[in-house]
Parts: sequence; structure tokens; C-alpha cells
Amino acid sequence: MHPSSLRTKKTAGRFVADEPLWLRILLITAVYLIIGLLILVPMAYVFWQAMAEGWEGLVKNLWQDHDTWHSMWLTMTIAPLTVVLNTIFGLAAAWTITKFKFPGRTLLVTLLDVPFAISPVVVGLMLVLLFGMQGFLGPTLREWGIKVIFAWPGLLLATMFVTLPFVARELIPLMESLGDEEETAAVSLGANPWQLFWRITLPNIKWGLVYGMIQCHARAIGEFGAVYVVSGHIAGETDTMPLRVEKLFQEYNNPGSFAVASVLTLMALATLFGKYILEQYIARQMATDSVE
Amino acid sequence: MSISICNISKQFGDFVALKDVSLEVPSGSLLALLGPSGSGKTTLLRIIAGLEQADAGHIKVQDEDVSQLSARDREVGFVFQHYALFKHMSVFENIAFGMRVRHLKDAEVRPRVNELLHLVRLEGLGNRYPSELSGGQRQRVALARALAVKPRLLLLDEPFGALDAKVRQELRTWLRNLHEEMHVTTVFVTHDQEEAFEVADRVVVMKQGHIEQAGTPQDVFDHPATPFVMDFLGHVNVFHGRLEAGQMHLPGFAMEYPEYQNPVSRDATAYVRPHEVELDRTPQLETSLPVRVVHVNPAGPVTRVRLVSDAFGAAINVDLSPGRYRELALRPGDQVFATPKRLRVFLPDDYVI
Repeated sequence: MHPSSLRTKKTAGRFVADEPLWLRILLITAVYLIIGLLILVPMAYVFWQAMAEGWEGLVKNLWQDHDTWHSMWLTMTIAPLTVVLNTIFGLAAAWTITKFKFPGRTLLVTLLDVPFAISPVVVGLMLVLLFGMQGFLGPTLREWGIKVIFAWPGLLLATMFVTLPFVARELIPLMESLGDEEETAAVSLGANPWQLFWRITLPNIKWGLVYGMIQCHARAIGEFGAVYVVSGHIAGETDTMPLRVEKLFQEYNNPGSFAVASVLTLMALATLFGKYILEQYIARQMATDSVE
Repeated sequence: MSISICNISKQFGDFVALKDVSLEVPSGSLLALLGPSGSGKTTLLRIIAGLEQADAGHIKVQDEDVSQLSARDREVGFVFQHYALFKHMSVFENIAFGMRVRHLKDAEVRPRVNELLHLVRLEGLGNRYPSELSGGQRQRVALARALAVKPRLLLLDEPFGALDAKVRQELRTWLRNLHEEMHVTTVFVTHDQEEAFEVADRVVVMKQGHIEQAGTPQDVFDHPATPFVMDFLGHVNVFHGRLEAGQMHLPGFAMEYPEYQNPVSRDATAYVRPHEVELDRTPQLETSLPVRVVHVNPAGPVTRVRLVSDAFGAAINVDLSPGRYRELALRPGDQVFATPKRLRVFLPDDYVI
């Protein structure tokens, strides 16, 4: 370990030890209380409510309600599709930005962050204004028989827009830190661009890529605002899981609403667990690398 | 395969990396591009490899103009300073890479990789990963990988720069031997003159994007063409004086310089290598310079003595053999006489590039 980082740790340790006991207890308790109240209790409550009518009620609410069933199918189609498309885009963007120098490169990096900065509702509104019946492109697309707003293409576009930066944001710093030495070596050994990507670049960035994909997926599942505006809330057609939760709740169907919410929560927890496992794995990889 | 480098120029923004460089590399030779950083030596190497595009000029390999060929098609083995091994591949797969991307059959790849592992003395390490190897081993893997596709040329960019002194020494000798076995035309870049002289059979000294001098190590060392080469190839004492009718007049003493017989006196700079100055207790010639010993460093194969001429304020460095040092028994403060045995004079015109 680097000596300076040891020193920082030591200083920090002494700093904590110097605090009076009562203050330490107070601080630690406060942190637990806040996390408990804001995160654990609501999460537990979701499952509690979902189970209010027992297992049978839960199964009935999820399985036998056609519209709920459809919303789950829709979310579990849109989210993976979004991940696939944004992975392709993210790879292309990261490759372009790290491998080439061109005018407007910095601007492009900044633009990549726009989806994180804009409110999802505004994103939805922009899509409606662009692709809606009164919109700029809507009528033309309609003539060709393509419906975007109030249909699944709109949902996909909205979800993609909101999750666009995840993969690229993960890959750009990674690819910059890797440099181009290995790739240059591969080219001088006769690799064509295709072989270069699959044999050298991809193996080097795969964990960062998976990490970005997991984050993208988590966000895609939970997306509400942008999707809300473009979906039109047609039950059994354009309601995704978060929209279905809201609709059931508005209809005073609490068990039904919480049943869907509990599935969403479980999916989020599964994603979090996947992320945790991956982080552990990457940390171990880094540890072995730094032994070199 | 011989290489002809014809009028190569390269600029990075405002920085001129190479200007109108031409050079012939004979087939089968081992050539060192020697120079300080920023002299353009690595850029020239990368242009030969096709990793960099020249702004002007062209490169021929055995009469074939390769300037327009991409790095992929030049059939050049390139060894990077920091190895650039593929971290996620075993040593075996690293060496096999060039053959794999050419879709060679496993039956061809295997024996060739094993042969190369033997050549670079890494038998039995084929299953290791680069992170499990020492620096010297990694560099040998990089070399084996470059040789695997039977390149027409082997190019090495500061191949031993990142290694410690002892391993560096071993690898130099090994590279020299390897070249004698393989006879592939090899160009390597270095900023270490000792390395260049020890390994190469031709040395090219570069400075600020052009070639100062090219020749055999002996040639370049014994007959440096410019003050820069003289200065770059080891320690040197510099004297400013006047040249006139076969004599070089320096502050406090004079020396024969028969190459210049013109009676018109002119300014000149004389360079004397530390091992080409003799020290005596009594003056050898009437022109010997009286000097005082300032510092003696007897550690190492030569004893380094620093002296100063009190009358003229000039400092001189002298290298003595350990035997001569014991004979003289020098101590700081002793008064002795210095007699340069050989000097090289560069007239100011030589500075003009």
C-alpha cells in the first residue's frame, strides 16, 4: 500500500477515536435510523402489503390479472431491448471518443450527459412533440403506418433516451486508462479491426461493460416519468410495470398495486446483488493486477 | 530485407519530429537509432512500422514501396518499450496471436510457438499470464510474439528501457546472439549510447529530427562528425581557443593540430575525452597545463579525477587506469600536469546545420 494512503487512514482513525463515546453512538444510531426509516421500512412495507392477502392473493394479483401480466411482459421486453441497443450505442460512442480526435469531441462528451440532466417528464414531452400526431414527424410516420407515441416504439425511445449514458459513461474512462498499446501491438501483428475488437478490446473492457449494462437495466426497469408521458396508459397495451403500479394504486387496488411493486423491488434487489458480486470480482481482479 | 528511408518528414502540430530524413539499412544488419528524447528516433521507427504516417517521403523494403501499406500488411515485428502484452491471454496465446489472426491451423501454431518459447528460453511458462512474469521475461515474450509471424523486419522501441541494469545487460547480449542466429534486419531505438555500441553493428545518431551521423560504432565513436555527437557519446572536456597554422592555442597551453594549416587565426572549440588526457608529476611537454586535483573517485573500472587549472579557471575531467592512479597516488590538492593526447577540433562553421 502507498505510504500516504496508510497515513490518511491512521489520521482518520485517530480522528474518530478522539470523539467522545456518546457522540459516536449518536452518529451511528442516527445513520441506522435514517437508513431504516427511509429505505428498509418502506421496502419491507411493500412486501408486507403485497402479502396482505397471502400467497394466494399475490399469485392471483400477478397471474390472473391480464393487464398486470401484460405490463410485466412489456417491461421485461423493453428493458433488455434497451440494454442491447444502448450497449451497441455505448460501445460505438466510447470507441469514437477514445480512439479518434475530431472537432467537437469534448462537446460530444458533455452532450452524453444530457439525458441525466433533463427531467424524464421533459424527455417524454419532447418525444410527444416530435413524434405525436400534431408533432413534427408524427404525421409522416403515421402515413407509413408507424405509430410511435402511445405505442411500444415510444416506450422504447423514452427508456433508451433516459438510460443512454450508462454504458458509454462506464466505458470512456476505462478505455482511456487502458490506452492503445495492446491494440497497436495487435494491429502490427496483423489483426483486422474486427479481430481487434473481439480479441483485444472486448476482453479488456468486459467487466466495465457488464457493469454499465447492469446499471442501464436497473434504470430501464424503473423508468416512470418519460414513459408516463408517451405511453397513453392503455391497459394491456402500453402500461409498463411502474405505470401499472401507479394505475392500480389510483384505482384503490392496493394489494394489486403492491404485488407489482414487490416484483419490481425484487428485480431491483437482484440487480443490486448482481452489481455487488461484480464489484467484488472486479476488486479481486484489481488486487491481482496490482501485485504485478 | 533492406530498408530505404527516403526524405521522410513528420510534424505533430508545430513540433517538427523529422525533417527530410534519409537512411539505408542494409539487409541483415542490426541498426541502432540513438538520440536524446525528442530527437525523432521513435517517430522514425513507428513510421517504418506503419504505426505513424509520414507527411512526406517514402519507405521501401527491398525495393517495394510500403509507404501506403497499413501496419497490418507490412509484415513487421514490433516490440514496445512497455511490452504491450495481452494481459488476458497466456504467454502461449500471446505468442500465437499473429498466427491465430491469420487463421493458421492449430497443428501449425503449436510447434511454432513451442519453438519460439525455446528460442526465448521460456519453455514451460506457456501457461503463465503476463502478470506472473518478471520484466525481462515479459520482454522476451514480446520479442517471441513479434518473431512468430516471421516478419521481414524487426523493430524495437527502447526494448530494455524499463528493465533494471543487470537484466538489461543480459538481454543485450542475448539480442545480439539472437540476431546472429536469425539474421532478420533489425532496427532498435535507444537513448543509451553504451547499449547502441554494444548491440548494434550500425549506429545512427539523431538530433532534433535529423541524422547527425551514421556509421559503424567504431566510426562514430572515433570520428564524431559534430560537436553534438562528440558530446552525446560520453563525457568530454571542452576548450575554447584559437586555431592557427597547425596549432591549437588554448588558455595556458597549445597543441598540434596539423589538419589546419591555414595561417589565418580563427576561433575554434576543442573536445578531449577524459581517458585521452595524461597526468604527470612533472611536465611532459612545455605546453602541459599545470592543474590542481579537486576530487578523486577510484570506485569502478576507471578512476575519475576532477582537476582545475588555477591560472585559467578551467575544470578538466580525467579518467585514469587503476594502475596509473596507484603510481601517481593522487590526493586532492596535489599539483600535477595535464597533457591531452588527442583532441578533436570543430570550427564554428560546423555548427551551421
